[in-house]
Amino acid sequence: MSLVTSTTSELLGQLASRSVSAVEVTQSYLDAIQRRDGQVGALLSVTADSALAQAAEVDRRRAAGEAVGALAGLPIVLKDNICTQGIKTTCASKMLKDFVPPYDAHVATRLKQADAILLGKANLDEFAMGSSSENSALGKTVNPWSFEHAAGGSSGGSAAAVSAGFAPLALGSDTGGSIRQPASFCGVVGLKPTYGRVSRFGLVAYASSLDQIGPFARDVSGAALLLDAISGHDRRDSTSVDAPPTLTAATVEQPLSGLRVGIAREHFVAGLDPEVEAAVRRAVEVYKSLGATIVDISLPHSKYAIAVYYLIACSEASSNLARYDGVHYGHRATEFSNLVEMYKASRSEGFGDEVKRRIMLGAYALSAGYYDAYYLKALKVRRLIRQDFDAAFQNVDVIASPVNPTPAFKLGEMTADPLKMYLADIYTISANLAGLPGISIPAGMSASGLPIGLQLLAAPFEEEKLLRAARMFEREHGPAPMSWKSGV
Amino acid sequence: MLTTQDVLKVAELGRLKLDDEEVAKFAGQLGGILDYVAVLDEVDVSNVAPMAHVADVANVFREDVVVASLPRAASLSNAPKTDGKFFLVPQILEHA
Amino acid sequence: MASNLKYLAIMDFTTIIGLEIHVQLQTKTKLFCGCPTTFNPDQPNIQTCPVCLGLPGALPVMNRDAFALSLKTAMALNLELANFTKWDRKQYYYPDLPKGYQISQYDLPFSSKGWLEIDVPSTGETRRIRIIRAHLEEDAGKNLHDESGRGSDSQVDLNRAGTPLLEIVSEPDLRTAEEAKTYMEEMRLLLLAIGVSDCNMQEGSMRCDANVNLHVHENGETIPTPIVEVKNLNSFRFLEAAIEFEVKRQCAEWQRTHIRMGAPGGYKTTRGFDPNRGVTFEQRGKEEAADYRYFPDPDLVPVTVTDEQLVAIRSTLVEFPAARRRRYQQQLGLSAYDARVIADQGAEFANYFDAVTSLCGDGKQAANWLTQDVLREMNERRLSISEFPISSALLGALLVRVTKSELTIKAAREVFATLLKEWEEQEVAPSAERIEAIIKERGLATVNDTGAIESVVMAVIGRNEKAVADLRAGKMQAIGAIVGQVMKELKGADAKVVRQMILDKVGIS
Ligand SMILES: [Mg+2]
Ligand SMILES: [Zn+2]
Repeated sequence: MSLVTSTTSELLGQLASRSVSAVEVTQSYLDAIQRRDGQVGALLSVTADSALAQAAEVDRRRAAGEAVGALAGLPIVLKDNICTQGIKTTCASKMLKDFVPPYDAHVATRLKQADAILLGKANLDEFAMGSSSENSALGKTVNPWSFEHAAGGSSGGSAAAVSAGFAPLALGSDTGGSIRQPASFCGVVGLKPTYGRVSRFGLVAYASSLDQIGPFARDVSGAALLLDAISGHDRRDSTSVDAPPTLTAATVEQPLSGLRVGIAREHFVAGLDPEVEAAVRRAVEVYKSLGATIVDISLPHSKYAIAVYYLIACSEASSNLARYDGVHYGHRATEFSNLVEMYKASRSEGFGDEVKRRIMLGAYALSAGYYDAYYLKALKVRRLIRQDFDAAFQNVDVIASPVNPTPAFKLGEMTADPLKMYLADIYTISANLAGLPGISIPAGMSASGLPIGLQLLAAPFEEEKLLRAARMFEREHGPAPMSWKSGV
Repeated sequence: MLTTQDVLKVAELGRLKLDDEEVAKFAGQLGGILDYVAVLDEVDVSNVAPMAHVADVANVFREDVVVASLPRAASLSNAPKTDGKFFLVPQILEHA
Repeated sequence: MASNLKYLAIMDFTTIIGLEIHVQLQTKTKLFCGCPTTFNPDQPNIQTCPVCLGLPGALPVMNRDAFALSLKTAMALNLELANFTKWDRKQYYYPDLPKGYQISQYDLPFSSKGWLEIDVPSTGETRRIRIIRAHLEEDAGKNLHDESGRGSDSQVDLNRAGTPLLEIVSEPDLRTAEEAKTYMEEMRLLLLAIGVSDCNMQEGSMRCDANVNLHVHENGETIPTPIVEVKNLNSFRFLEAAIEFEVKRQCAEWQRTHIRMGAPGGYKTTRGFDPNRGVTFEQRGKEEAADYRYFPDPDLVPVTVTDEQLVAIRSTLVEFPAARRRRYQQQLGLSAYDARVIADQGAEFANYFDAVTSLCGDGKQAANWLTQDVLREMNERRLSISEFPISSALLGALLVRVTKSELTIKAAREVFATLLKEWEEQEVAPSAERIEAIIKERGLATVNDTGAIESVVMAVIGRNEKAVADLRAGKMQAIGAIVGQVMKELKGADAKVVRQMILDKVGIS
């Protein structure tokens, strides 16, 4: 078996027994990137030299019998909205195309402590705004399963990188489904942790009350391992919950007895692709066969989630992105007549249309006379959405649903009509509004050969339960297939 | 549909410069989204408190202890224009 | 201005003033990051980090002491404290505001509804100025403008960005420039007394915005004129001058336009103050009402305050200047003037005074010394009270001898001056032993022993035959020389007693 088709635990085993070196592992992934990323476009930057140096250091320490971190020698790519000291962090925006952070994000520090090998930075929709990775000003990511199809977004580069064998692990960020949806499109595992579980320090903010960093891996246990490495309290993020890091990797292989799987009637309605619905129904049958109880539930306010999401996310975004004005960092226009014109020219040149749309929508929702009707109203309905989940989790352990109404759509198919694109977020968005953990795991393939994902949601801070439930299905269904079997 | 004036107003708030074509395009798109979010009108929220934070966290403080600042060169390292000491911007007019 | 003065004379109006005072809190670090708050204009941009630079991804975490100092201030200003408070973003663009928003408090400030009493010097009236609210926010950085007029770039220094700032908003209860100035002075004294800010106005640690308009009384109607906010006044003098200028300007404006507040063209405007010319100037256009789009900062969590916390903070509060002044007048019988001079020097000086008073048992005596001798010597030597070489214990020990009539005031002054002289010239530290020694060496102790006085008088009479003869011949001025010689030997003697004894001995009583 080739190194780049291995799962995280297989690689860790080989590295620990020193049957393979970290340098060899790193080099194989760098080779895969070299050979294929020209077609996929998953990465915006590759840090080959520092990766090999870091790998050599891990090998040296292993050989010397020194302690190494939990991810020692495992390559990883980070979504390019996660700050890395001395390494460009662009958010796939012209605005930040040359931005080199003078500091590391909390997760980047944790990964260094765990001795993971940073291979590079992954493409995304500009400032994580979008669901296809087509809104990138710096590159185009396609679906490794079909180059005419989208990798999903906004963490499309991270999902595609794992799917294509460019890295066994990746980090993305999920504000409305931006980890889970590309994971489902690319046929890998993607986890959005509970809000507050992973520090946002150093994650370039899109919508602060919704953003959460999370792992991509080829299998559930890989996601668990990476979650454990990055989770836990951080004093530099006031919204980080004061809880110890998760220990999900240790329990992920233990099946849950008496598992109750909730199915929401609101999730199976018009607009859901029959192949996707069939895959989810099959998954439910799998759980039934494993002894789980299937419970019908209702999430009556879920139909308002998209409206609530876009009002809150855009309001926060309009504020979070005010700092990009060409004064302290980022793009500055060259043609302007005065300071105010400099702001406008820099921002108009630096931001793409989707970012502008959201800034304007957010400014509108917060502006005098509209605040109560839009932003404040959205905050209130948000509470109702959360209450729906609180009630549901009285009776179920996880809620199973589609991740996206369809498998990966064709490139360009959604770009003309932003609202149509927004509406596709219906299954993923509620978890962000309610702060729940959610996972997307491969659950089948469409007739046209595109992956289909299954989403599981759990109550806040129930990551352990969520991952164990996901692993139960994965064990029956089989691990995620590689998008590229031949020639690897 | 948003009016041209509405679009220009939010563009101003967002410090964005739009040409006529963009104004027309965004008026349609933003108008469509706002029409959609009007679905919230049917929800009765009269007894619901707003939820700004989903995590139930309060009283987070840091101690008043000095932490090393960045070297000036690092603070200015991404500045589009600097004289090595300050960020430079086009003249700010104080007197109208 | 002459034409404006004409309006002042003929117009019937009331001036309405409200102040927004901004005070930097005395913390070691900024409000949301660990950068120091030291005033450091010569080394721009060295007290910055990802958080206060507003770098992408950086997040704020609240300074515990800043919040505690805020609560302490609010208590001193009789403000009601909220059990729940949160932080909001106030959004506007300016190069000294790196995030594009200021973290401030909007609808749920930590305190509201308080007051501060002021004694207006010119009227002697005590007025209670209501305070709407005090809230905590971050300061902006500093823009330095090219003054040459050549249109060069402005410079931005973010050392100050993120410094904790308390904004204290008064009701429009102030009626004159003098009242506004007195209110700000009283505020400064209070904040210094409770130790929450250094209130250094040159360094911008305390500054204010004045909202000024007129209530014009015309034809039985009271008509408010458009409010003008004069921004960023960083001295008492500027505050007074800016208000005085505005009153004249607004009078003229009213006469010219008759635009009332809220009418078309009657919007609130913002003006700056030019201290060189003593005038205000328009900063922002009338039509451009700012839309700050406040909303709760999702990066910060709310704060709840328990009653136990409030009790603990209240116990750290000291006596406020106004209370001291009242106590000095009512309990020690000091004049209003002396009470103010002492209390307004600050808590340390007033504490020194309290210590001297309790040692010597005479507040008036202590006040005389403090307001005259001590202040004079401090000022001459540019010393603060804490650097003054004669401690309150020593001065108390000296003055107790005056109150016990063991030393005349004149003699005590000589001891006091000698102590300072020795300290300065010979570096002898003033001490209780030195006080005794000086009294002895110089014979300063009051001499009540008539026998001792008599023998000296007899000796002096004996060797001044001519003066005695003159005296006997009726030339009364001759007694001066004899008294002088006696006093030279008997410094502690009472000159009146000596004089009478000489007359007795010479036989012309
Ligand atoms: Mg303010
Ligand atoms: Zn800082």
